[in-house]
Amino acid sequence: MKLDDKLYLVRFNTDKLNHIKIADPEVCLKQCQDKPCTRICPAHVYDWDEEEKRISVGYEGCLECGTCRIGCPFGNILWGYPRGGFGVSWKNG
Amino acid sequence: MENFDVIVVGGGPAGLSAAISAARAGMKTCVIERGDYPGTKNVMGGVLYTKATEAVVPEFWQEAPLERPVIEQRYGFLSGDEIVSAAYRDPAWAEPPFNAHTVLRVKFDRWLAKQAEKAGVMIITETVVEDLLYKGDNVVGVRTGRAEGDLGAKVVILAEGVNNFIAKKAGLAPQLRPDKVAVAVKEIIALPQEKIEDRFCLEPGQGATIELFGDSTGGMLGTAFIYTNKDSLSVGVGALLAPLIRTKWTPNDLLEALKAKPFVKRLIQGGETKEYLAHLIPEGGYNAMPKLHRQGVLVVGDTAMLVNGLHREGSNLAMTSGKIAGEVAAQAIKAGDLSDQAMSLYETRLRDSFVVKDLYKYRKTTRFFEDNPHFFHVYPEIMAKAMHLFFTADEVPKKERQKQIMKMLFEKRSKGALISDLFGAWRALK
Repeated sequence: MKLDDKLYLVRFNTDKLNHIKIADPEVCLKQCQDKPCTRICPAHVYDWDEEEKRISVGYEGCLECGTCRIGCPFGNILWGYPRGGFGVSWKNG
Repeated sequence: MENFDVIVVGGGPAGLSAAISAARAGMKTCVIERGDYPGTKNVMGGVLYTKATEAVVPEFWQEAPLERPVIEQRYGFLSGDEIVSAAYRDPAWAEPPFNAHTVLRVKFDRWLAKQAEKAGVMIITETVVEDLLYKGDNVVGVRTGRAEGDLGAKVVILAEGVNNFIAKKAGLAPQLRPDKVAVAVKEIIALPQEKIEDRFCLEPGQGATIELFGDSTGGMLGTAFIYTNKDSLSVGVGALLAPLIRTKWTPNDLLEALKAKPFVKRLIQGGETKEYLAHLIPEGGYNAMPKLHRQGVLVVGDTAMLVNGLHREGSNLAMTSGKIAGEVAAQAIKAGDLSDQAMSLYETRLRDSFVVKDLYKYRKTTRFFEDNPHFFHVYPEIMAKAMHLFFTADEVPKKERQKQIMKMLFEKRSKGALISDLFGAWRALK
Protein backbone atom coordinates (compact mmCIF):
# COMPACT_ATOMS: atom_id res chain seq x y z
CA MET A 1 0.00 0.00 0.00
CA LYS A 2 1.36 3.40 -0.98
CA LEU A 3 2.17 5.93 1.69
CA ASP A 4 -0.04 8.58 0.07
CA ASP A 5 -3.03 6.23 0.27
CA LYS A 6 -2.31 5.58 3.93
CA LEU A 7 -2.00 9.27 4.76
CA TYR A 8 -5.38 9.77 3.14
CA LEU A 9 -6.83 7.70 6.00
CA VAL A 10 -5.45 10.01 8.68
CA ARG A 11 -7.72 12.68 10.14
CA PHE A 12 -6.23 16.17 10.37
CA ASN A 13 -7.46 19.48 11.62
CA THR A 14 -5.00 21.47 9.56
CA ASP A 15 -3.73 24.74 10.96
CA LYS A 16 -3.00 27.65 8.66
CA LEU A 17 0.18 28.19 10.63
CA ASN A 18 3.16 26.03 9.70
CA HIS A 19 4.57 24.38 12.83
CA ILE A 20 7.80 23.24 11.11
CA LYS A 21 10.70 25.42 10.03
CA ILE A 22 14.04 24.69 8.43
CA ALA A 23 16.39 26.85 10.49
CA ASP A 24 18.91 27.50 7.72
CA PRO A 25 18.20 26.21 4.18
CA GLU A 26 21.88 26.76 3.33
CA VAL A 27 22.80 23.95 5.73
CA CYS A 28 20.61 21.50 3.77
CA LEU A 29 22.14 22.63 0.49
CA LYS A 30 25.79 22.86 1.44
CA GLN A 31 26.45 20.72 4.48
CA CYS A 32 23.90 17.92 4.45
CA GLN A 33 24.74 15.27 1.86
CA ASP A 34 22.60 12.50 3.27
CA LYS A 35 19.34 14.40 3.90
CA PRO A 36 17.92 11.71 6.23
CA CYS A 37 14.79 13.80 6.87
CA THR A 38 13.59 12.83 3.39
CA ARG A 39 13.54 9.15 4.49
CA ILE A 40 13.04 8.91 8.25
CA CYS A 41 9.84 10.92 8.47
CA PRO A 42 7.04 8.32 8.52
CA ALA A 43 4.79 10.71 6.57
CA HIS A 44 7.41 11.87 4.07
CA VAL A 45 6.83 15.49 5.07
CA TYR A 46 10.30 16.44 3.81
CA ASP A 47 11.35 16.33 0.19
CA TRP A 48 14.38 17.69 -1.62
CA ASP A 49 13.27 20.24 -4.20
CA GLU A 50 15.96 20.02 -6.85
CA GLU A 51 14.75 23.10 -8.72
CA GLU A 52 14.66 25.37 -5.74
CA LYS A 53 17.61 23.64 -4.04
CA ARG A 54 15.90 23.40 -0.72
CA ILE A 55 13.93 21.00 1.47
CA SER A 56 10.22 21.43 0.92
CA VAL A 57 8.09 20.89 4.02
CA GLY A 58 4.55 19.52 3.72
CA TYR A 59 3.66 20.29 7.34
CA GLU A 60 -0.03 19.53 6.71
CA GLY A 61 0.71 15.79 6.68
CA CYS A 62 2.84 15.76 9.84
CA LEU A 63 1.96 12.86 12.17
CA GLU A 64 3.64 14.68 15.10
CA CYS A 65 6.05 11.91 16.05
CA GLY A 66 9.09 14.19 16.36
CA THR A 67 11.51 11.91 14.48
CA CYS A 68 12.77 14.73 12.23
CA ARG A 69 13.86 16.93 15.11
CA ILE A 70 16.00 14.16 16.58
CA GLY A 71 17.20 12.67 13.30
CA CYS A 72 18.40 15.84 11.55
CA PRO A 73 22.19 15.59 11.87
CA PHE A 74 22.50 19.38 11.95
CA GLY A 75 19.64 20.13 14.33
CA ASN A 76 18.32 22.19 11.46
CA ILE A 77 14.65 21.27 11.77
CA LEU A 78 12.71 23.45 14.17
CA TRP A 79 9.80 21.18 14.86
CA GLY A 80 7.22 21.92 17.54
CA TYR A 81 3.65 20.92 18.19
CA PRO A 82 0.88 22.56 16.15
CA ARG A 83 -1.28 24.96 18.12
CA GLY A 84 -3.74 23.39 20.57
CA GLY A 85 -6.56 21.54 18.82
CA PHE A 86 -4.81 21.49 15.45
CA GLY A 87 -2.84 18.82 13.63
CA VAL A 88 -3.34 15.08 13.60
CA SER A 89 -6.38 13.67 15.39
CA TRP A 90 -6.13 9.90 15.64
CA LYS A 91 -9.21 7.78 15.19
CA ASN A 92 -7.86 4.67 16.93
CA GLY A 93 -4.51 5.46 18.47
CA MET B 1 -4.45 33.65 36.98
CA GLU B 2 -6.20 30.49 38.08
CA ASN B 3 -4.29 28.45 40.64
CA PHE B 4 -4.13 24.71 41.13
CA ASP B 5 -2.33 22.48 43.56
CA VAL B 6 -1.15 20.18 40.80
CA ILE B 7 -0.92 20.79 37.05
CA VAL B 8 -0.21 17.79 34.87
CA VAL B 9 1.20 18.46 31.40
CA GLY B 10 -0.18 15.81 29.04
CA GLY B 11 -3.21 13.52 29.09
CA GLY B 12 -1.76 10.07 28.48
CA PRO B 13 -1.67 7.11 30.88
CA ALA B 14 1.15 8.62 32.96
CA GLY B 15 -0.41 12.08 33.23
CA LEU B 16 -3.95 10.86 33.87
CA SER B 17 -2.73 8.40 36.52
CA ALA B 18 -0.81 11.21 38.20
CA ALA B 19 -3.88 13.46 38.12
CA ILE B 20 -6.16 10.76 39.50
CA SER B 21 -3.88 9.99 42.43
CA ALA B 22 -3.34 13.69 43.21
CA ALA B 23 -7.07 14.45 43.06
CA ARG B 24 -7.91 11.46 45.24
CA ALA B 25 -5.49 12.86 47.81
CA GLY B 26 -7.59 16.03 47.84
CA MET B 27 -5.53 18.17 45.50
CA LYS B 28 -7.07 20.69 43.13
CA THR B 29 -5.72 19.19 39.94
CA CYS B 30 -5.83 19.90 36.24
CA VAL B 31 -4.49 18.13 33.16
CA ILE B 32 -3.50 20.21 30.16
CA GLU B 33 -3.88 18.30 26.92
CA ARG B 34 -3.09 19.58 23.43
CA GLY B 35 -5.58 17.32 21.59
CA ASP B 36 -9.36 17.72 21.20
CA TYR B 37 -9.62 15.33 24.15
CA PRO B 38 -7.11 13.02 25.84
CA GLY B 39 -6.34 10.23 23.37
CA THR B 40 -6.47 11.95 20.01
CA LYS B 41 -2.70 12.53 19.98
CA ASN B 42 -1.73 9.28 21.66
CA VAL B 43 -0.33 6.10 20.11
CA MET B 44 1.10 2.85 21.38
CA GLY B 45 1.27 -0.75 20.13
CA GLY B 46 -0.82 -1.23 22.39
CA VAL B 47 -0.74 -3.52 25.34
CA LEU B 48 -2.18 -2.31 28.64
CA TYR B 49 -1.09 -4.17 31.77
CA THR B 50 -3.71 -5.10 34.32
CA LYS B 51 -1.80 -4.73 37.57
CA ALA B 52 -0.58 -1.17 36.96
CA THR B 53 -3.97 -0.07 35.60
CA GLU B 54 -5.89 -1.61 38.46
CA ALA B 55 -3.75 0.34 40.92
CA VAL B 56 -5.14 3.52 39.34
CA VAL B 57 -8.72 2.42 38.62
CA PRO B 58 -9.75 -0.70 40.59
CA GLU B 59 -11.63 -3.27 38.47
CA PHE B 60 -11.25 -1.08 35.40
CA TRP B 61 -12.05 -4.06 33.17
CA GLN B 62 -15.71 -3.87 34.18
CA GLU B 63 -16.24 -0.76 32.09
CA ALA B 64 -13.06 0.40 30.34
CA PRO B 65 -13.04 0.19 26.52
CA LEU B 66 -10.60 -2.71 26.18
CA GLU B 67 -10.04 -4.72 23.02
CA ARG B 68 -9.08 -8.28 24.05
CA PRO B 69 -7.43 -9.93 27.07
CA VAL B 70 -4.07 -11.34 25.95
CA ILE B 71 -3.95 -15.10 26.49
CA GLU B 72 -1.07 -15.87 24.15
CA GLN B 73 2.25 -14.13 23.62
CA ARG B 74 4.39 -15.28 20.72
CA TYR B 75 7.99 -14.36 19.96
CA GLY B 76 9.20 -15.05 16.45
CA PHE B 77 12.48 -14.70 14.57
CA LEU B 78 12.14 -13.99 10.86
CA SER B 79 14.77 -14.98 8.32
CA GLY B 80 13.69 -14.40 4.73
CA ASP B 81 10.44 -16.30 4.31
CA GLU B 82 11.21 -18.55 7.27
CA ILE B 83 10.17 -18.09 10.88
CA VAL B 84 11.16 -19.73 14.13
CA SER B 85 8.69 -18.95 16.85
CA ALA B 86 7.63 -19.90 20.33
CA ALA B 87 4.53 -18.96 22.23
CA TYR B 88 3.09 -19.20 25.68
CA ARG B 89 -0.67 -19.51 26.14
CA ASP B 90 -2.79 -19.54 29.26
CA PRO B 91 -6.58 -19.31 28.76
CA ALA B 92 -6.84 -18.29 32.43
CA TRP B 93 -5.54 -14.89 31.33
CA ALA B 94 -8.93 -14.30 29.69
CA GLU B 95 -10.48 -13.99 33.15
CA PRO B 96 -9.87 -11.69 36.11
CA PRO B 97 -7.30 -10.94 37.43
CA PHE B 98 -5.99 -11.01 33.80
CA ASN B 99 -2.43 -10.03 32.84
CA ALA B 100 -2.81 -7.62 29.94
CA HIS B 101 -5.30 -6.36 27.37
CA THR B 102 -4.88 -4.90 23.94
CA VAL B 103 -6.31 -1.39 23.71
CA LEU B 104 -6.76 1.42 21.23
CA ARG B 105 -5.53 4.56 22.89
CA VAL B 106 -8.04 7.06 21.52
CA LYS B 107 -10.85 5.16 23.23
CA PHE B 108 -8.96 4.07 26.31
CA ASP B 109 -7.34 7.41 27.16
CA ARG B 110 -10.64 9.20 26.70
CA TRP B 111 -12.20 6.78 29.18
CA LEU B 112 -9.32 7.20 31.63
CA ALA B 113 -9.75 10.98 31.40
CA LYS B 114 -13.42 10.51 32.33
CA GLN B 115 -12.29 8.61 35.44
CA ALA B 116 -9.98 11.52 36.23
CA GLU B 117 -12.90 13.93 35.88
CA LYS B 118 -14.96 11.77 38.22
CA ALA B 119 -12.13 12.07 40.74
CA GLY B 120 -12.40 15.84 40.46
CA VAL B 121 -9.69 16.56 37.89
CA MET B 122 -10.25 19.44 35.48
CA ILE B 123 -9.19 18.59 31.93
CA ILE B 124 -8.18 21.54 29.77
CA THR B 125 -8.02 20.48 26.12
CA GLU B 126 -6.68 21.96 22.87
CA THR B 127 -3.97 23.69 24.85
CA VAL B 128 -0.22 23.41 24.40
CA VAL B 129 2.01 24.10 27.39
CA GLU B 130 4.93 26.25 26.26
CA ASP B 131 7.02 26.62 29.37
CA LEU B 132 7.12 26.49 33.12
CA LEU B 133 6.45 29.68 35.07
CA TYR B 134 9.11 30.70 37.55
CA LYS B 135 9.20 33.07 40.50
CA GLY B 136 12.88 33.43 41.19
CA ASP B 137 14.13 29.85 41.04
CA ASN B 138 10.83 28.37 42.05
CA VAL B 139 8.39 26.81 39.61
CA VAL B 140 4.97 28.34 40.19
CA GLY B 141 2.93 27.14 37.23
CA VAL B 142 2.86 26.82 33.45
CA ARG B 143 2.56 29.12 30.46
CA THR B 144 0.21 27.86 27.76
CA GLY B 145 -0.26 28.84 24.16
CA ARG B 146 -3.56 30.56 24.93
CA ALA B 147 -3.95 34.29 25.42
CA GLU B 148 -3.66 35.04 29.14
CA GLY B 149 -2.94 31.35 29.43
CA ASP B 150 -0.79 31.32 32.56
CA LEU B 151 -1.89 28.84 35.21
CA GLY B 152 -0.50 28.64 38.72
CA ALA B 153 0.49 25.38 40.42
CA LYS B 154 2.34 24.25 43.50
CA VAL B 155 3.61 21.17 41.68
CA VAL B 156 3.85 20.59 37.92
CA ILE B 157 4.02 16.99 36.70
CA LEU B 158 5.58 16.61 33.25
CA ALA B 159 3.82 13.84 31.35
CA GLU B 160 4.36 15.41 27.94
CA GLY B 161 5.41 12.20 26.26
CA VAL B 162 8.60 11.26 24.47
CA ASN B 163 9.01 14.72 22.93
CA ASN B 164 10.27 16.29 26.11
CA PHE B 165 10.06 19.98 25.19
CA ILE B 166 9.31 21.29 28.67
CA ALA B 167 11.63 18.92 30.53
CA LYS B 168 14.42 19.99 28.18
CA LYS B 169 13.65 23.70 28.60
CA ALA B 170 13.70 23.22 32.36
CA GLY B 171 17.17 21.72 32.13
CA LEU B 172 15.97 18.34 33.37
CA ALA B 173 16.44 16.37 30.15
CA PRO B 174 19.06 16.56 27.41
CA GLN B 175 18.27 16.76 23.70
CA LEU B 176 17.19 13.30 22.54
CA ARG B 177 19.61 11.51 20.20
CA PRO B 178 18.98 8.99 17.39
CA ASP B 179 20.39 6.13 19.50
CA LYS B 180 17.87 6.83 22.26
CA VAL B 181 14.57 6.62 20.36
CA ALA B 182 12.87 4.13 18.07
CA VAL B 183 10.57 5.21 15.27
CA ALA B 184 7.46 3.09 15.17
CA VAL B 185 4.71 2.99 12.55
CA LYS B 186 1.61 0.86 12.60
CA GLU B 187 -1.59 0.21 10.75
CA ILE B 188 -4.99 -0.58 12.11
CA ILE B 189 -6.25 -3.33 9.81
CA ALA B 190 -9.94 -4.16 10.08
CA LEU B 191 -10.91 -7.84 10.07
CA PRO B 192 -14.13 -9.57 11.17
CA GLN B 193 -13.98 -10.96 14.71
CA GLU B 194 -14.45 -14.59 13.60
CA LYS B 195 -11.54 -14.30 11.17
CA ILE B 196 -9.27 -12.96 13.91
CA GLU B 197 -10.32 -15.76 16.25
CA ASP B 198 -9.82 -18.43 13.58
CA ARG B 199 -6.44 -17.15 12.45
CA PHE B 200 -5.06 -16.82 15.96
CA CYS B 201 -6.87 -19.91 17.34
CA LEU B 202 -8.78 -17.92 19.94
CA GLU B 203 -12.08 -18.40 21.71
CA PRO B 204 -14.49 -15.50 21.14
CA GLY B 205 -13.16 -12.37 22.81
CA GLN B 206 -9.68 -13.71 23.56
CA GLY B 207 -6.56 -11.95 22.30
CA ALA B 208 -3.00 -12.71 21.25
CA THR B 209 0.19 -10.78 20.65
CA ILE B 210 3.11 -11.53 18.36
CA GLU B 211 6.52 -9.84 18.49
CA LEU B 212 8.85 -10.46 15.56
CA PHE B 213 12.60 -9.96 15.49
CA GLY B 214 15.22 -10.22 12.75
CA ASP B 215 14.16 -9.63 9.16
CA SER B 216 11.02 -7.94 10.47
CA THR B 217 13.17 -4.86 11.02
CA GLY B 218 15.61 -5.43 8.16
CA GLY B 219 18.00 -6.77 10.80
CA MET B 220 17.95 -3.48 12.70
CA LEU B 221 17.57 -3.20 16.44
CA GLY B 222 13.83 -3.17 16.89
CA THR B 223 10.71 -5.30 16.73
CA ALA B 224 7.62 -5.77 14.68
CA PHE B 225 4.32 -6.62 16.32
CA ILE B 226 0.86 -7.92 15.57
CA TYR B 227 -1.81 -7.45 18.23
CA THR B 228 -5.42 -8.58 18.03
CA ASN B 229 -8.08 -5.98 18.72
CA LYS B 230 -11.84 -6.66 18.76
CA ASP B 231 -12.36 -6.29 15.04
CA SER B 232 -8.96 -5.17 13.83
CA LEU B 233 -5.27 -5.97 14.06
CA SER B 234 -2.58 -3.53 15.14
CA VAL B 235 0.35 -4.31 12.85
CA GLY B 236 3.50 -2.28 13.29
CA VAL B 237 7.23 -2.08 13.28
CA GLY B 238 9.69 -0.02 15.27
CA ALA B 239 13.41 0.43 14.74
CA LEU B 240 16.02 2.48 16.53
CA LEU B 241 16.47 5.79 14.70
CA ALA B 242 20.28 5.59 14.44
CA PRO B 243 20.37 2.40 12.32
CA LEU B 244 17.27 3.58 10.42
CA ILE B 245 19.26 6.61 9.27
CA ARG B 246 22.29 4.45 8.38
CA THR B 247 20.44 1.75 6.47
CA LYS B 248 18.29 4.24 4.52
CA TRP B 249 15.06 2.35 5.14
CA THR B 250 11.90 4.41 5.33
CA PRO B 251 9.47 3.48 8.12
CA ASN B 252 6.67 2.77 5.67
CA ASP B 253 8.87 0.52 3.52
CA LEU B 254 9.77 -1.47 6.64
CA LEU B 255 6.09 -1.88 7.43
CA GLU B 256 5.25 -2.91 3.88
CA ALA B 257 8.14 -5.43 3.87
CA LEU B 258 6.78 -6.87 7.10
CA LYS B 259 3.27 -7.16 5.68
CA ALA B 260 4.65 -9.00 2.66
CA LYS B 261 6.32 -11.71 4.79
CA PRO B 262 4.43 -14.99 4.22
CA PHE B 263 3.78 -15.47 7.95
CA VAL B 264 2.31 -11.97 8.31
CA LYS B 265 0.55 -11.84 4.96
CA ARG B 266 -1.66 -14.78 5.82
CA LEU B 267 -2.69 -13.24 9.14
CA ILE B 268 -3.75 -9.89 7.67
CA GLN B 269 -5.13 -11.19 4.37
CA GLY B 270 -8.37 -9.56 3.29
CA GLY B 271 -8.10 -6.92 5.99
CA GLU B 272 -8.73 -3.28 5.27
CA THR B 273 -6.29 -0.67 6.52
CA LYS B 274 -8.21 1.94 8.51
CA GLU B 275 -5.43 4.12 9.85
CA TYR B 276 -1.66 4.64 9.57
CA LEU B 277 0.07 5.93 12.68
CA ALA B 278 3.54 6.95 13.78
CA HIS B 279 5.17 7.50 17.14
CA LEU B 280 8.55 7.64 18.83
CA ILE B 281 9.45 5.21 21.60
CA PRO B 282 12.03 6.25 24.20
CA GLU B 283 14.60 3.43 24.20
CA GLY B 284 17.49 5.03 26.07
CA GLY B 285 16.71 3.11 29.23
CA TYR B 286 18.27 3.63 32.63
CA ASN B 287 21.34 5.55 31.48
CA ALA B 288 19.24 8.04 29.51
CA MET B 289 16.73 8.83 32.25
CA PRO B 290 16.46 12.59 32.76
CA LYS B 291 16.50 14.24 36.15
CA LEU B 292 13.20 13.03 37.61
CA HIS B 293 12.53 15.97 39.90
CA ARG B 294 13.38 19.47 40.91
CA GLN B 295 11.71 21.97 43.20
CA GLY B 296 8.01 21.87 42.29
CA VAL B 297 8.41 19.51 39.31
CA LEU B 298 8.17 15.75 38.74
CA VAL B 299 8.86 13.89 35.47
CA VAL B 300 6.88 10.76 34.55
CA GLY B 301 6.19 8.23 31.78
CA ASP B 302 7.82 8.50 28.36
CA THR B 303 9.24 11.91 29.27
CA ALA B 304 11.24 10.10 31.97
CA MET B 305 12.34 7.36 29.45
CA LEU B 306 10.37 4.77 31.39
CA VAL B 307 10.13 2.06 28.72
CA ASN B 308 11.33 -1.52 28.99
CA GLY B 309 11.77 -2.29 25.31
CA LEU B 310 12.86 -5.88 25.70
CA HIS B 311 9.59 -6.76 27.43
CA ARG B 312 7.64 -4.19 25.37
CA GLU B 313 6.39 -2.71 28.63
CA GLY B 314 5.71 1.02 28.74
CA SER B 315 2.11 1.81 29.65
CA ASN B 316 2.54 0.07 33.02
CA LEU B 317 5.75 1.93 33.82
CA ALA B 318 3.99 5.15 32.80
CA MET B 319 0.95 4.55 35.00
CA THR B 320 2.98 3.42 38.00
CA SER B 321 5.27 6.44 37.75
CA GLY B 322 2.27 8.74 37.37
CA LYS B 323 0.50 7.29 40.37
CA ILE B 324 3.58 7.65 42.57
CA ALA B 325 4.18 11.21 41.32
CA GLY B 326 0.60 12.24 42.12
CA GLU B 327 0.93 10.82 45.62
CA VAL B 328 4.30 12.46 46.27
CA ALA B 329 3.03 15.80 44.96
CA ALA B 330 0.03 15.66 47.30
CA GLN B 331 2.20 14.68 50.24
CA ALA B 332 4.63 17.52 49.60
CA ILE B 333 1.86 20.07 49.18
CA LYS B 334 0.17 18.95 52.40
CA ALA B 335 3.50 19.22 54.23
CA GLY B 336 4.08 22.65 52.70
CA ASP B 337 7.50 21.60 51.42
CA LEU B 338 7.96 21.77 47.66
CA SER B 339 11.76 21.67 47.75
CA ASP B 340 13.81 19.43 45.50
CA GLN B 341 14.53 17.37 48.60
CA ALA B 342 10.80 16.79 49.17
CA MET B 343 10.27 15.97 45.49
CA SER B 344 13.11 13.43 45.59
CA LEU B 345 10.81 11.05 47.46
CA TYR B 346 9.33 10.35 44.01
CA GLU B 347 12.66 9.12 42.70
CA THR B 348 13.26 7.05 45.84
CA ARG B 349 9.88 5.37 45.49
CA LEU B 350 10.36 4.83 41.74
CA ARG B 351 13.75 3.24 42.36
CA ASP B 352 12.20 0.95 44.95
CA SER B 353 9.58 -0.17 42.41
CA PHE B 354 9.86 -2.51 39.42
CA VAL B 355 9.99 0.57 37.16
CA VAL B 356 13.58 1.63 37.74
CA LYS B 357 14.69 -1.81 38.92
CA ASP B 358 13.80 -3.24 35.49
CA LEU B 359 15.41 -0.36 33.61
CA TYR B 360 18.53 -0.84 35.73
CA LYS B 361 18.61 -4.56 35.01
CA TYR B 362 18.60 -3.89 31.27
CA ARG B 363 20.72 -0.74 31.41
CA LYS B 364 23.30 -2.23 29.01
CA THR B 365 20.90 -3.97 26.65
CA THR B 366 20.09 -1.34 24.01
CA ARG B 367 23.72 -0.30 23.74
CA PHE B 368 24.90 -3.91 23.53
CA PHE B 369 22.54 -4.84 20.71
CA GLU B 370 23.25 -1.58 18.89
CA ASP B 371 26.98 -2.30 19.07
CA ASN B 372 26.38 -5.91 17.99
CA PRO B 373 23.85 -5.59 15.17
CA HIS B 374 24.60 -9.12 13.92
CA PHE B 375 22.34 -10.46 16.68
CA PHE B 376 19.37 -9.24 14.69
CA HIS B 377 20.30 -10.88 11.40
CA VAL B 378 22.89 -13.62 11.95
CA TYR B 379 21.10 -15.41 14.77
CA PRO B 380 17.61 -15.45 13.21
CA GLU B 381 19.26 -16.93 10.10
CA ILE B 382 21.18 -19.52 12.13
CA MET B 383 18.03 -20.48 14.02
CA ALA B 384 16.00 -20.84 10.83
CA LYS B 385 18.70 -22.92 9.11
CA ALA B 386 19.15 -25.13 12.17
CA MET B 387 15.42 -25.78 12.44
CA HIS B 388 15.21 -26.40 8.71
CA LEU B 389 17.89 -29.07 8.96
CA PHE B 390 16.44 -30.49 12.17
CA PHE B 391 12.98 -30.99 10.68
CA THR B 392 14.06 -32.17 7.23
CA ALA B 393 13.37 -35.89 6.77
CA ASP B 394 15.62 -36.98 3.90
CA GLU B 395 17.18 -40.24 5.05
CA VAL B 396 20.25 -38.49 6.42
CA PRO B 397 20.96 -40.22 9.74
CA LYS B 398 20.27 -37.93 12.70
CA LYS B 399 23.81 -38.12 14.00
CA GLU B 400 25.10 -36.81 10.69
CA ARG B 401 22.35 -34.20 10.65
CA GLN B 402 23.50 -32.97 14.03
CA LYS B 403 27.01 -32.59 12.63
CA GLN B 404 25.61 -30.63 9.66
CA ILE B 405 23.85 -28.27 12.03
CA MET B 406 27.01 -27.67 14.05
CA LYS B 407 29.03 -27.18 10.86
CA MET B 408 26.51 -24.63 9.59
CA LEU B 409 26.61 -22.86 12.94
CA PHE B 410 30.41 -22.55 12.94
CA GLU B 411 30.40 -21.39 9.32
CA LYS B 412 28.08 -18.55 10.24
CA ARG B 413 29.85 -17.68 13.45
CA SER B 414 33.26 -18.83 14.69
CA LYS B 415 33.52 -20.62 18.03
CA GLY B 416 35.31 -17.63 19.51
CA ALA B 417 32.62 -15.23 18.27
CA LEU B 418 29.87 -17.50 19.58
CA ILE B 419 31.42 -17.59 23.02
CA SER B 420 31.94 -13.85 23.02
CA ASP B 421 28.32 -13.31 21.85
CA LEU B 422 27.01 -15.60 24.54
CA PHE B 423 29.04 -13.92 27.25
CA GLY B 424 28.18 -10.44 25.95
CA ALA B 425 24.46 -11.18 25.78
CA TRP B 426 24.52 -12.70 29.25
CA ARG B 427 26.20 -9.57 30.62
CA ALA B 428 23.74 -7.31 28.84
CA LEU B 429 20.68 -9.21 30.05
CA LYS B 430 21.61 -10.66 33.43
